[in-house]
Amino acid sequence: MADVLLEGRNLTKHYPVTRGLLQHVVGWVRAVDGVSFTIERGKTLSLVGESGAGKTTTAKAVLLLERLTSGTILFEGKDLYKFSHSELKTQYRPKIQYVQQNPWSSMNPRMRLRDIIAEPLVTNTKMDRGEIRNRVGELLANVGLDPASIDHYPHEFSGGQRQRIAVARALGLNPSLVVLDEPVSALDVSIRAQIMNLLKDLQDKYNLSYLVIAHNLATVRYMSHDVAIMYLGQIVEYGDTEEVFQKPLHPYTKALISASMLTLPEDEQEVKQIILTGEMPSPMNPPSGCRFHTRCAEAKEECSRDIPEMVSVGVKHMVKCHHHG
Amino acid sequence: MSEIVLQVENLHTSFFTNQGEVKAVDGISFFVRESETFGIVGESGCGKSVTALSIMRLLQEPGGRITGGKIILEGTDLVPLSKKKMRAYRGRMISMILQDPMSSLNPVYTVGNQIGESIRLHQALPENMVEPAIIESLRLLKIPTPETMLGNYPFQLSGGMRQRVVGAIAMSCRPRLLIADEPTTALDATIQAQYIALFEDIQKKTNVAIIFITHDFGVVAKMCHRVGVMYAGKIVETAPTREIFKAPQHPYTSALINSVPRLDRKDERLFSIEGQPPSLLNLPPGCRFAPRCTVARETCRQQEPPEVSVGADHTVSCWRVK
Repeated sequence: MADVLLEGRNLTKHYPVTRGLLQHVVGWVRAVDGVSFTIERGKTLSLVGESGAGKTTTAKAVLLLERLTSGTILFEGKDLYKFSHSELKTQYRPKIQYVQQNPWSSMNPRMRLRDIIAEPLVTNTKMDRGEIRNRVGELLANVGLDPASIDHYPHEFSGGQRQRIAVARALGLNPSLVVLDEPVSALDVSIRAQIMNLLKDLQDKYNLSYLVIAHNLATVRYMSHDVAIMYLGQIVEYGDTEEVFQKPLHPYTKALISASMLTLPEDEQEVKQIILTGEMPSPMNPPSGCRFHTRCAEAKEECSRDIPEMVSVGVKHMVKCHHHG
Repeated sequence: MSEIVLQVENLHTSFFTNQGEVKAVDGISFFVRESETFGIVGESGCGKSVTALSIMRLLQEPGGRITGGKIILEGTDLVPLSKKKMRAYRGRMISMILQDPMSSLNPVYTVGNQIGESIRLHQALPENMVEPAIIESLRLLKIPTPETMLGNYPFQLSGGMRQRVVGAIAMSCRPRLLIADEPTTALDATIQAQYIALFEDIQKKTNVAIIFITHDFGVVAKMCHRVGVMYAGKIVETAPTREIFKAPQHPYTSALINSVPRLDRKDERLFSIEGQPPSLLNLPPGCRFAPRCTVARETCRQQEPPEVSVGADHTVSCWRVK
C-alpha cells in the first residue's frame, strides 16, 4: 500500500455572488466541486487545467488559506478540520510550504536574503541566531546559491536565482509537502530546466511530496508521478502520469494533450490536431450533465442530461466520462 | 518563390542609459516573404521585442534609437522616414499584436469604436461604409455575432475573445506585414490552439506576412515556416522550422530545444543550460554564447563567429560550423 501523506476527499468550495446594497446572495461560483485526490510521500501530484478550473482554490484549501464549503482533508490520516489552533501551528503548518509562481512578487524587496530565508525559522523554531545563520547558509548551498550572498537584496538576483531563494525559504522547516504554484512558468526557457532539475533532486534527497499546479503539460509529465486533469471545478481524469499521457481517456485530456503536442509541419497529417470550439463556461452556471459537453466533439444526448460518474479504469486511473471506451 | 515583403539588413538598436550604451539589437538581418510566418525565438532580454519595436519605429525616445541598418518594407526603407510619413505605414502596412490583450485595448471604448479608429484613420471610407468594414474584420477573426460585439466593452469579453478583437484591429486595414509579439502567451492551452489555427486561416485568406515572436518552441513548430533564434542581441541561427528541429546547427539552438520537456516522451533528466545570458552592458568578446557553451573553444572566446550558409535558407553563426 502506498504511503499516503495527504488526502483530499470530496473538496467543495462555493463562493457567494452578492449584489446590491444589502449584498443579497444571487448565486454561487462553484470554484471547486467535489474534488478528491491523494498525495503520496515522496511523490508529486500535479493539478492541470486552464484558468478557472479550480486548481489554485484546491491548493489554497490544502494550505488552509481558504475554508472549504464541504469535504475533508486528511494529513497523515488525521482530519485537518479537527486539529486545534495550536496543533495546526505545530503539527501541520510547518510541514506544508508554498512556492509561488512569480519570484518577483513573492519576496519583500526591502529584506535581505538572510532575513527572507530566516523568517520561517524565527517564527516557528527556537533556534538561536548562530543556528539560524548556519541553517540559512546550508539552505542556500542546497539550492545551488552561494552562501556568501546572504547580505544581498532580492533585486540583485535573476528570476531563476530568485526562484531558488523561494525554494530555500520553503525548505527551511523540513516540510513534508511543498505546494508549487506554477513553479517555472514565470522563468525563461533555458532557466526552467535548471529549476525543474533542482526540484527533482531535492525531492529525492529529502523525500519531499509536491503538489504542483501547472498548465504546461510537458512540465507536468517531466515533474509528476500522478496527475489530475481539472475542468470547471472538477477532476475529469486522474491517474499515474505516464498512463494518463499514454492512454488519455477523457476527451478534454485528449484535447489538452493535442494542443500542447509538438507537431512539426510535416507530421501534421499523421497527428490529427484536436481543436476545441468555444470557451470554458462560467462556473456560476455550469452546464447540465457532463460539464464538458458544450465543447466536446464526442458528446451525445445523454452527456447533456446525465452527470457522469468517476469510474475506475486501472490501478489509480479514473475518468469522468460516459464514453470512456 | 513568393515576393519578399520585409527585409531587415544589419539592424542595430541601442538604448543610451546612465550606465552606457545597451546594444539591444546588434546587427541582425532577416527577411519575410508574402504568406510566410517567420518566428523569432529567444529568452527575455535577447532583443526580440526590441526588433519588433524597431520595425514599427515605436522605440521609446529619447534613449532608444536605431543606430544603423535598413528596414525595407516593399522597397521603402523605414529607418529614415519622418514621424509623419511613418504614421501612414503603421496600422495600414504593418500592424502589431501585443501579448496582453487587456492592456492593449482601451477599457472605456467599445470594440467597434476601437476597430473603427484605424479604419477611419487609414482608409478614406464614407462613414456609412465604416461599420460594414468593422464587421468584416470581426468576421475575419471568426468572432461570433459581430453585430452585437460592436457595442461590447473589453471587460465583457474573455481573454481569448479580447485577443481576437486585438487581431481584428490589426487586420482591419489588411496590412502586408503583421508583427505578433507573444500573442498566445497569456492564453490557455486550448484557446491558444484555436488562435493559432485562426491565424493560419487568416494568412491563407489575406497573404499577410507574419513575424511571430515567442519563447515557446511548441508554438514555433505549429505556426512558423522559418525561424530565427536570437541570443543577446544577435540572430545565431536562421532555418526552416523543420530543419531547426531535425538538425539544429548552433549549440544554443540545440540546447534550447533539449531543455524543453517533451510531451510525447518521458524524459529522465532534462538538459539544462548552466549560467545566465550575459548582460548587454558587458558583453563577452567573441561568441556571446561561449561562456555557457559546452563545446566552446579558444577561438570562440576571442572572435565573433561569422554567419555562414549551411543550406537553403539556413544560416548559422558558430565557429564549429564550416
